[in-house]
Amino acid sequence: MRFIFKTDYGQDINLAKHGGHVFWYGALVLLMVAAPWLFAEYWLAQLTLVLIYSIAGLGLMLLAGFTGLFSMGHAAFLGVGAYTHAVLTNMGVPFPIALACAAGLSAAVGLVVGLPALRVKGIYLGIATLSFGFIVEEVLARWESVTGGNAGIHIKKPDIFGWVLDTGDQFYFLCLVITVLSTLGILNLLRSPTGRAFVAIRDSEISAQSMGIHLAYYKTLSFAISAALAGIAGALYAHNLQFISPDQFNILQSIDLLLMIVIGGVGSVHGAFLGAIFLITMPQAIAMIKDFLPPVVGQAPGLQGLVYGLVLIAFVLFEPMGLYGRWLKIRTYLQMFPFYRKGMFKRQKSFQKSDRLK
Amino acid sequence: MLLIQLVISGIAQGCIYGLIALGFVLIYKATETVSFAQGELMMLGAFGGLVGMTMLGFPYWLSISCAIVGMAVFGVVLERAVIRPILGQPAFSVVMLTIGIGYVARGAITMIPGIGTDTQALPVPYKDEIWNVSGVVLNVEHMAVIGATTVLCLLLFVLFRYSKLGIAMQAASQNQLAAYYMGIPVQRLNGIAWGLAAAVAAIAGLLLAPITFVHANMGFIGLKAFPAAVVGGFGSLPGAIVGGLVIGIVESLSGFYLPDGFKDTAAYVVVLVMLMVKPNGLFGEKLRKKV
Repeated sequence: MRFIFKTDYGQDINLAKHGGHVFWYGALVLLMVAAPWLFAEYWLAQLTLVLIYSIAGLGLMLLAGFTGLFSMGHAAFLGVGAYTHAVLTNMGVPFPIALACAAGLSAAVGLVVGLPALRVKGIYLGIATLSFGFIVEEVLARWESVTGGNAGIHIKKPDIFGWVLDTGDQFYFLCLVITVLSTLGILNLLRSPTGRAFVAIRDSEISAQSMGIHLAYYKTLSFAISAALAGIAGALYAHNLQFISPDQFNILQSIDLLLMIVIGGVGSVHGAFLGAIFLITMPQAIAMIKDFLPPVVGQAPGLQGLVYGLVLIAFVLFEPMGLYGRWLKIRTYLQMFPFYRKGMFKRQKSFQKSDRLK
Repeated sequence: MLLIQLVISGIAQGCIYGLIALGFVLIYKATETVSFAQGELMMLGAFGGLVGMTMLGFPYWLSISCAIVGMAVFGVVLERAVIRPILGQPAFSVVMLTIGIGYVARGAITMIPGIGTDTQALPVPYKDEIWNVSGVVLNVEHMAVIGATTVLCLLLFVLFRYSKLGIAMQAASQNQLAAYYMGIPVQRLNGIAWGLAAAVAAIAGLLLAPITFVHANMGFIGLKAFPAAVVGGFGSLPGAIVGGLVIGIVESLSGFYLPDGFKDTAAYVVVLVMLMVKPNGLFGEKLRKKV
């Protein structure tokens, strides 16, 4: 076990708690920087996709995992960001400005969606965001003069004030930089009073309110930040595929995003990344085992959905803290060996806490 | 005349939404969880009827009763196997769990050789018949939906009003702990509520099947039943049906009088307006916040 001798209040909120963190995260950054020379082009493209989904996951994690507001229409923000960015880029606006506009418009839309969140909660909020997601998808499909309708639109290569990023490596580095910046931003936000207010709202709205936290302000803020991150991810997603159409931002994409954070581990920044890795590698793994299964099962179009569903059920039943929770357990086991007890992470049931009165 | 026809087809569609919403409400009242798998249960019910009629060659009535009873048993088993272990966890766990069940159901149905990947029509005896009542052309399939929903509502009303089981279920939904102290087997009732919800979903599926088709993605219509449940107030059984009718009629009228694209989003616009104006729904109970 590691015991940290604290000599300074600042140590409580340091991002790197001890030397181990510095070493391992440093190694991770080195690996990510060296990735274009280590991995084949195909795997680098997958890694880029993981980074893009991680940004969207970070946004949803802030909203769902740290503020306790579950959004079932998050793909809509992704779509708003992607379309804003695509339209602006095709008009010749440089990448950073278009990205800022995409994030800004998504955040503005997030503010609007956040308004019903002030009145409704729990499942009602889920349904409100779900409805919003459907409406945005329909708008994207019908507003043909701007979005090109169901035919979709192509998007030009990113252009940073005349410097065109046209290779996969360059685009990877662009995504990497944006991911690192947004991760640091979220981590910084979470250790600030704002982030603590979010967590307080998640744990109990009424106690948060009685401690002087302005619920309306912080809930809308959370929605706006989350939507802005989704918008950034959407912009990168558009560049990555070079072609977007409304059906990429439908309810299934929203559910994929939720699935990602639940499997990664709700309430942990690591979870967003682990979930993104899971979401991207799973189809590959399924494609690999497909040939070993009997043809009735292996060739069925619903195989991927079936596997996703089973994994999701298994995680909710057996590992509600997700992949990151499993890692925490393994780490604790190793640190405390041989004193680990089975019940250390046992969940408390709350039978009498009625959600209707919450 | 046209207006009447539009309203009637809207009512028929609304009855389907209402029946699915009824399943949400039954489950919500019993276990305070929201099932996102309701649409998929409906799809399974429709497939059950289809398998009975085409592959096993059963007559119509036998195969639909088999499908309904089979789905009821499936609902009870589902509750026992996956829902009960996580009761008392945050409501969102159950939502994700039922989304998972929906994925599994959709995926598994495509693995049935022959019928899983196709869209097929359910060969009901009243297929494509039309009544002409003083100039109004009535589709018998629509009338069957309306009639069956009315009968089902009456049955449920009698069940909850007069039978011991229904009264026990009401008691358990009002206060589980008190009901438990009174000797009501709350856990078994939760199972029965899931069974009932699955059976109602199967009926909805069998009624919908002649109008649309039977295919693996027909369960997505369940997503339109959420607005129905919210408009009626999430905890109210009559509210679910009324909400379904409201959504169905609005959808049918907006499909005709408004430009393209409004038909598919009408339900969601209605529910967003409802949530802003009256978050508790038309028949919802008013509840105070407690710490």
